[in-house]
Amino acid sequence: MRADPADYRLVSPGNLLGALSLLASEPAQWLPIAGGTDVMVLYSAGKLTNRNLIDIWNIPELRQIEVFPDRISIGAACTYTVLRQHEIVSREFSLLATAASWTGGIANQNRGTLGGNIANASPAADSLPALLVYDAVLTLISVRGERRVPYRTFHTGYKQTILAADELILNISLPRRFSKYFSHARKVGARNAQAISKVCLAALGQVANGAIRDVRLALGSVAPVPLRLNETEKMLTGKEIEPSLIDAARKSVLKEIRPIDDIRSTARYRSAVACNLVTEFLAKLAAEGAAA
Amino acid sequence: MNPSSAESAKRGISFIVNGEAKKVLAHPMERLLDVLRNNLGLTGAKEGCGEGECGSCAVLLDDMLVNSCLIPIAQANGASVVTIEGMSAHSLMKPLQESFLECGGAQCGICTPGMILAAAHLLDKKLDPTLADIREGLAGNLCRCTGYMQIFEAVAKAARRRVTQ
Amino acid sequence: MTVRHIIGASVPRKEGWDKVTGAARYVDDMALPGMLHGATVRSTIARGKIKQIHFGPGVDWNEYVVVSAKDIPGKNCIALILDDQPCLASEFVNHPEEPILLLAHPDRPKLRKAVEAVSIEYDSLPALHTIEESERQSTIIWGRDNTFKNFLVEKGDVDAIWKKAAHIVEGEYFTGAQEQLYIENNGVIAAFDPKNGVTVWGSLQCPYYVHKALITLFALPEEKVRVVQMETGGAFGGKEEYPSMIAGHAALLAMKSGRPVKIVYDRMEDMAATTKRHPSRTRHRTAVSKDGRILGGEIEFTIDGGAYATLSSVVLSRGTIHAGGAYYWPNVRIRTKAVATNAPPHGAFRGFGAPQSLFAMERHMDRIAQVVGISPVEVRRRNFLKSGQTTTTEQTIKENIDLDRLLKRALELSDYAAKKKRFAEKNKAGTNRKGIGIAAFLHGAGFTGSGERYLNSLVGAEAGADGIVRVLVSSAEFGQGTNTVLCQIAAEALGLPYENVSIAQPDTSVVPNSGPTVASRTAMIVGKLVQSAARGIKETLTKTGLLHEDYSPEQFRAACKEYIATHGALKSYARYEAPPDVFWDDEKYRGEAYAAFAWAVYVAEVTVDLTTYSVTVDDFVALQEVGRVLHPVLAEGQITGGVAQAIGFALYENVVWQDGRMMNNQMTNYIMPASMDLPPIRVFFEENGNVHGAHGAKGIGELPMDGPAPAILNAVEDATGVRFCSIPLLPEDLFEALRPEFNEQAVPSSVRGIA
Repeated sequence: MRADPADYRLVSPGNLLGALSLLASEPAQWLPIAGGTDVMVLYSAGKLTNRNLIDIWNIPELRQIEVFPDRISIGAACTYTVLRQHEIVSREFSLLATAASWTGGIANQNRGTLGGNIANASPAADSLPALLVYDAVLTLISVRGERRVPYRTFHTGYKQTILAADELILNISLPRRFSKYFSHARKVGARNAQAISKVCLAALGQVANGAIRDVRLALGSVAPVPLRLNETEKMLTGKEIEPSLIDAARKSVLKEIRPIDDIRSTARYRSAVACNLVTEFLAKLAAEGAAA
Repeated sequence: MNPSSAESAKRGISFIVNGEAKKVLAHPMERLLDVLRNNLGLTGAKEGCGEGECGSCAVLLDDMLVNSCLIPIAQANGASVVTIEGMSAHSLMKPLQESFLECGGAQCGICTPGMILAAAHLLDKKLDPTLADIREGLAGNLCRCTGYMQIFEAVAKAARRRVTQ
Repeated sequence: MTVRHIIGASVPRKEGWDKVTGAARYVDDMALPGMLHGATVRSTIARGKIKQIHFGPGVDWNEYVVVSAKDIPGKNCIALILDDQPCLASEFVNHPEEPILLLAHPDRPKLRKAVEAVSIEYDSLPALHTIEESERQSTIIWGRDNTFKNFLVEKGDVDAIWKKAAHIVEGEYFTGAQEQLYIENNGVIAAFDPKNGVTVWGSLQCPYYVHKALITLFALPEEKVRVVQMETGGAFGGKEEYPSMIAGHAALLAMKSGRPVKIVYDRMEDMAATTKRHPSRTRHRTAVSKDGRILGGEIEFTIDGGAYATLSSVVLSRGTIHAGGAYYWPNVRIRTKAVATNAPPHGAFRGFGAPQSLFAMERHMDRIAQVVGISPVEVRRRNFLKSGQTTTTEQTIKENIDLDRLLKRALELSDYAAKKKRFAEKNKAGTNRKGIGIAAFLHGAGFTGSGERYLNSLVGAEAGADGIVRVLVSSAEFGQGTNTVLCQIAAEALGLPYENVSIAQPDTSVVPNSGPTVASRTAMIVGKLVQSAARGIKETLTKTGLLHEDYSPEQFRAACKEYIATHGALKSYARYEAPPDVFWDDEKYRGEAYAAFAWAVYVAEVTVDLTTYSVTVDDFVALQEVGRVLHPVLAEGQITGGVAQAIGFALYENVVWQDGRMMNNQMTNYIMPASMDLPPIRVFFEENGNVHGAHGAKGIGELPMDGPAPAILNAVEDATGVRFCSIPLLPEDLFEALRPEFNEQAVPSSVRGIA
């Protein structure tokens, strides 16, 4: 049964400073809302506990994409549609563009934002594994100032983040050094669109002289947070892709992930599919290496 | 301490709906869908799921396809909203409506306004969509009656019609 | 003249323009002055005694209208078949989400807090949640033995055949609950005044079911209850019996408040509280000859009816009669039952028991083929029913049906043989496995057995002075095309253009009872009556000498005008007459179960992805014989829509239950296949005609729900070699079957099972 709008406040400061001042004035009382694709779902179901919302949809500083020689900086309130359409994102960060195309249908892509996906901190979020493998850096901002943090340190537990109560995500910065990598993304959901993932993978790799020079693997929906497979990556680096290595990688993946049974799938299934997705990536990477 | 203790006040929202300037008094978190239906009598947008999953409430907000159940009315302040009722002027509307009728793209009709808006949004961006484009463009619109085949056919036919017009 | 060939032409849908412009009026699009909004306080437990109801603080209860069972003027039940389901629980609750109290308020958003502020104390009682638990009878929750209904069908001498059998083939098959998932939730508006009684506007399939239920609930004479069907946003059976409940609720609130009351469920409430397809279990034990002929067998078919009887007996009946499929059984014993559990009552959903028992039959045929060592095609060919043979209920097939030919054509259309060969080769390597599967089946049109005789349907037609003829039926349009097809039939009968025929909004104060809009009966049975009623108008005009043969619409108009000027009104009615050669024995469950069957052969092609264990349907051929196709576009839409729902039934749609409650009651978590998931659904018709239907039509709406699930699982077995017997077949199930050795030791046990 739906919520009563009279119980909620929504303030639209219209500019960044106004939003930050409001967040700072009453710490932990305000929830930012951008495109609303997460917040409004909770609200409609009567499950939104925050009663005070700040509208950050139309704040210009949060909507820009800036391209520098060494990095791209994506405003936190950029939508999936904007990401999909952006030339540099599509060309150099195809994992992110692909993840954007996975998220909901067109109407939700027109509203859902990258910053919202990060702040909402669902381990099933489609775009987050891509940010992990691209070594994203977040700029967090508050009236106290800005700080830059590696995205990999952002999530501290299930739906827990380092974002302070008075902070917003200002932008997401991605270094432009992965365009030569082989990239592979795959989402496994209950249907091909409009589905929350059961497992999803974002992977980058480079093969040189028959051996893996660098590999970056991240999975969604297999742990309380979006998960970078650090140990598996380490184990793979420098090795030649052959069946015994793939077996070892599968074992390593199983050690790193912590999937659960829930309403959408089982821990066993997620474990097996996570291994299979990594296997599939390594097979493709090997083929790519052989072709190169 | 807690700023939520008081009820929020209604505020004036000014926006353009189907080309006409409208002003409504509403709580800022009222959903655009409810304001369109209850305050403005525009009942073409339907509530199917209330969570942005089914697309029956789709409207165009500043020319972007959105699910109006996920838009707080305050975010529509100053914006331009087009509902199925306001689409008659759109050049794609007639071809789409006619091809939906001819191909059997509408059965029970409850998803149809959202489906047609999603199709119009797609055809606005793509002159000659492939079947894959059509499937993707309608992925956020659930239809339980047709099994989609006749909807795909209708959208493709509307696209062809526009090209030949 | 443009009046020829209306039948068989794809004329525009009558209400189509309203639908594509957003002008069509559904119940939630309507408001009445002073209207309140209603909400329902529901049981939070599966079974127990209501001890106390508290109205909590923080809510000004004076603002709310509150209705409990005490406010019911008539009998506290939803009158249907057994009248065992209360409109509002008063002493005991028997399932989660059972309605207990009703609240109304002028402002809809104010309802949530009030519903949450009501707390109900219960003494919990043990509850049953599966067919097996119900059968064990550790506690009795309904009647004497937890059983709503049993049927026994016996033909020949089953006990004597086992020793003659070369093979005895056994199998056990399961189907899950399925949500109808119409996109428009259940909703009604009710008004009450002491003089005129109750009026209800709603999203519904069967105006006269609601009419009957309200008469009982309010103890009112029939003329004081009026039910109007609004444009209905999908139904699929889900608005067959449930609208009587929500209509009763809104009407009770309207009576108590003296104001109109709207109740429109949101999606979560609709999914949690309203009906779903009956879960089922079917056991087959079949005696088969050396060459793969069925000598006889036993079929045990059991469905889970949920907490109250509602329609379970009739769902069971259809499942029972379809259990033997499209095959000839010289000897058979079919034992079936509907059992009680503490879930919300399961109810009507397209196919109505047949998809469940036919799933088992068509999977079992592939099993028989394997045991005997012949192909799935051959086993069907050797056992198909032929004209002149009898069904399991000993109904002689009088129509000229050639299933062999139908099968042959379906195999050609799907390129079956070549694909089968190609897939076998391809499947030796790679991470995908391809397969192809078939299902051959039938679906009886119209009510079962003596059902149509009891319904005694009445249909009217009325001509206006403007020469427009209006069809008067209670048969509802909810997407299938009722309005269009019935107008086509009337236009054809009258020799008038399609545009000169209209159809009345179903309103019990205006239209006669043409029966419920269910059971694939509308085009065939109601259509035939519309044809008679329309002809009656013409006869009246010709008999009075106002009209002569070969008239123009203009002459027809002039004749109507003149007739009406003299006689006041020009109406004609037609009542159902049972065909004289149809015999049905309700006691022995023997005889002519249906006036006609539609027949079909479906072929599904699938890919099983061994990386994700998911199944994709790549191609689907649906070939059916449905008598005469009255409207090709609508008919094709019925098939594609039904196939899509059945693909959902087979591979996607999983109701997650916990203690009788649906846990995934959101569209986000209950997954129907959508635009990116469905294969090309290729629809083909054969048209043999049918003497009982209008212009030779048979029922068509439910048929496509029956075949896809077994065809798909047959294809999955073809692809993987694994015999799956339960649907929905989810990737998780495939994974467990294909990788039973998978070792997840690396998953720390401490984090398992946390949702």
